[in-house]
Amino acid sequence: MSNKRLTIKKRLHILKHRYRGKKMAPAFNAFHTFLFSPDETTHNGSHIRAADDLKRTMNTVILALIPVLLFSFFNTGYQHYSAINGFPDNFAVMDHFLTWDNFWLGFVQVMPLVIVSYGVGLLIEFIFAIIKGHEVEEGYLVTGMLVPLIVPVDTPLWMLAVAVVFGVIIGKEVFGGTGMNILNPALTIRAFLFFAYPTWMSGDKVWVHGAVDRAGTADAISGETVLGYLAQNNASEFSYSVSDMFFGFIPGSVGETSAFLILLGGLFLIFSKIASWRIMVSAVAGSLVMGLIFNGVVDAGWIGEGSTFYGLMSFDFWKHLLVGGLAFGIVYMATDPVTGSQTNRGKWIYGFLIGFISVMIRVFNPAYPEGVFLAILLMNVFAPTIDHYVVRGNIRRRMKRLKQATIFPKSTDEKAKELKVETL
Amino acid sequence: MNINLVGAAEQNTSKAVLSNVYAINLLDFHGIMPKMLVKQGAEVKAGEPLFYSKDNQDMLFASPVSGELIDITRGARRKILTIKILADKTQDYLEHPKMRPDADSEEIKSLLLKSGCWPFIRQRPYDRVADPTATPKAIFISAYVTAPLVADVDYTLKGKEEELQAALTALSKLTPGKVHVSVGKGSNSPFNKLEDIELHKVSGPHPAGLVGTQINKLDPINKGEVVWTITPQDLVIIGELLLTGRFNAQRTVALAGSAVKSPKYFTTKIGAEIATFLYASGVKDENFRVINGDVLTGKKTSPDGYLGFYNNTVSVIPEGDDYEFFGWNKPVFDKISATRALTFSWLQPNKKYDLDTNINGEHRAFVVTGMYEEVFPLDIYPLQLLKACMVKDLDEMEQLGLYEVIPEDFSLTEFICISKQPHQQIIREGLDLLQKEIG
Repeated sequence: MSNKRLTIKKRLHILKHRYRGKKMAPAFNAFHTFLFSPDETTHNGSHIRAADDLKRTMNTVILALIPVLLFSFFNTGYQHYSAINGFPDNFAVMDHFLTWDNFWLGFVQVMPLVIVSYGVGLLIEFIFAIIKGHEVEEGYLVTGMLVPLIVPVDTPLWMLAVAVVFGVIIGKEVFGGTGMNILNPALTIRAFLFFAYPTWMSGDKVWVHGAVDRAGTADAISGETVLGYLAQNNASEFSYSVSDMFFGFIPGSVGETSAFLILLGGLFLIFSKIASWRIMVSAVAGSLVMGLIFNGVVDAGWIGEGSTFYGLMSFDFWKHLLVGGLAFGIVYMATDPVTGSQTNRGKWIYGFLIGFISVMIRVFNPAYPEGVFLAILLMNVFAPTIDHYVVRGNIRRRMKRLKQATIFPKSTDEKAKELKVETL
Repeated sequence: MNINLVGAAEQNTSKAVLSNVYAINLLDFHGIMPKMLVKQGAEVKAGEPLFYSKDNQDMLFASPVSGELIDITRGARRKILTIKILADKTQDYLEHPKMRPDADSEEIKSLLLKSGCWPFIRQRPYDRVADPTATPKAIFISAYVTAPLVADVDYTLKGKEEELQAALTALSKLTPGKVHVSVGKGSNSPFNKLEDIELHKVSGPHPAGLVGTQINKLDPINKGEVVWTITPQDLVIIGELLLTGRFNAQRTVALAGSAVKSPKYFTTKIGAEIATFLYASGVKDENFRVINGDVLTGKKTSPDGYLGFYNNTVSVIPEGDDYEFFGWNKPVFDKISATRALTFSWLQPNKKYDLDTNINGEHRAFVVTGMYEEVFPLDIYPLQLLKACMVKDLDEMEQLGLYEVIPEDFSLTEFICISKQPHQQIIREGLDLLQKEIG
């Protein structure tokens, strides 16, 4: 075994040298570095380096998404069969949810989305890497997994492909690739789909597999999201319990429904220090504050039950985190380090506003009761401005120090002073 | 973040074999334009000037030993790289007058300049040999060691109190401000009882021991101000000059690193061939890297290289020029990481690691944010400053505090950098640009 591995390593090494300087080198290196981390050593500066690289970072985010993806397989099947046969009485997870039928239907429906997303996106990444002569960068590894999880399950594959082409080229490559983009590529793709094909992205026919195909036939089925019901002031019509919402047995975009698994993913990302806890915490706080304000407006009697906004405004403030894409957006997309705020203080402001604006758009957008992707894209645009003012604060502090600068004369104090430096 | 590595030097000092040839490496004096004073083939005494700085003719650079100047190697455009001296069997010193304790600042300055001890004093901004015409607002000395595998100055300077005191008293006359000396809290440092200094007891993980961290916390540099720094082991050489009138380049050096069989201390001289003490300790493998200095900030050299002017540590670690199967996704137990992304160094904070020179990934644009701040205690935005240097935005570089830092301050952020960016090189180039444009 070890002998064989050595020869593969050696052969790849020889090929790497043969490809060096050639046009196809980035494509070859992408596969090579997938199998083997490179033999490159440090030169001057720090002669040793920590274990993590960008591939590992991205891989950790993907790991945090795997449970959500697996859950989506089951939920796709569950929603489909429940829409046809009616929701089961005495719902039991093992009997009604984690079944082979549910899994298989979801697998067949969701995997093509994953494959198209990765296939098209990585193809574009490879083409750009070869044209521009740089290595294939890892950014799309996470984007490619996020995209299928934030679209309705029956999104036509060609539509998804077109959106990925648009999102990767306009959202990322024109800015210079991974690390240089202003807008989150996955959300750019989602926004493109939303504005280009709105009928496929909203309504009560897109959230359950098969509903679009069966529309108008005798077998017609439908599945409205919780937010959809609320936006139509039909809160009494849905029968989802808080636990359904929390664990995710509700219709919605492929991977957004299970607040529980998203919470676990978020905790994992915080623990592994890959995603910013500051953004997550402040975004949750922001959404709760906005939700509380709306609840307060209802309690104060400023709007009545007849109001268009009554359904969503009267929705308990904390339940906003359980339904729709808010939790998913906060954990996996607001925390994107490239498009988010880069300073720690900025992250608090950035996250808070994402939560705040998400719930605001949710309530006030009559066409589509969901706002998290728009809120994040909006804050992506404002993140550099937030950072600018945070950094200005540091600069001002330095200028103030300059004005007060004095030379401290030699002291006669004999006692030694203590200095404690606190870092990691 | 402390980086615990295998191969710290044992507290046991041997005398290194005498080196035949000693060399002064001009790359140690960044930004100095040398003008030779002696020709090839000339005989020099120990402490006799070899060259001076074109910017300041009073600033002389001395030979560490007496002997014959046998070679001047030059690089592109005849730039002098190294000056080699074949040592005499018996050492002959250039004698300076001993310094009276009540000497004034001009006398001290002139002695340090002509004896070749001046270059031990370095300045911020710009990280270079101190400009003798400037007046520093304070002088900082760090005797608290937190960098990995670096010589423990509490050990190497034991019994040198007299020299240290002489040097500190002299230096205190060169600044209207304080001479700050930082020692480890609870340590048995030779500085503990010395006078004419402001003593600080420092605690905390690396980079608490870096003088830049201490400056930023104690009395940060403002625009237009100058701060001088000097390492404790060089104070001994200055002190000996003041007390005896001789430039004695002797120094206790730690030979450390996981590629050394028995890491320990050696007494040798500045410019000695590294092979004279490297093989006495034994090396484990053929494929190793010799570093003049510590593993985070040192310069790559080879066994036939020479001990650097400022270095009291020579690190030897394995080269990492090999591929690693699925190195990017499998759990990592044998490397240090600042994250917990299937990296498990957080489980054993006191474990000693055997790290090689592999870059552990590929060079990328900056992606991750908020990591550097965790290991960068200075009141400076590290990522923003690096980016300002990369795009050569002079205003921004200055406003964000580039004149407060030197490359060394970015060694730990470079170590943990997920995008594998060369932070120290970026800062070095930024400082050079800032000095060229603003001066």
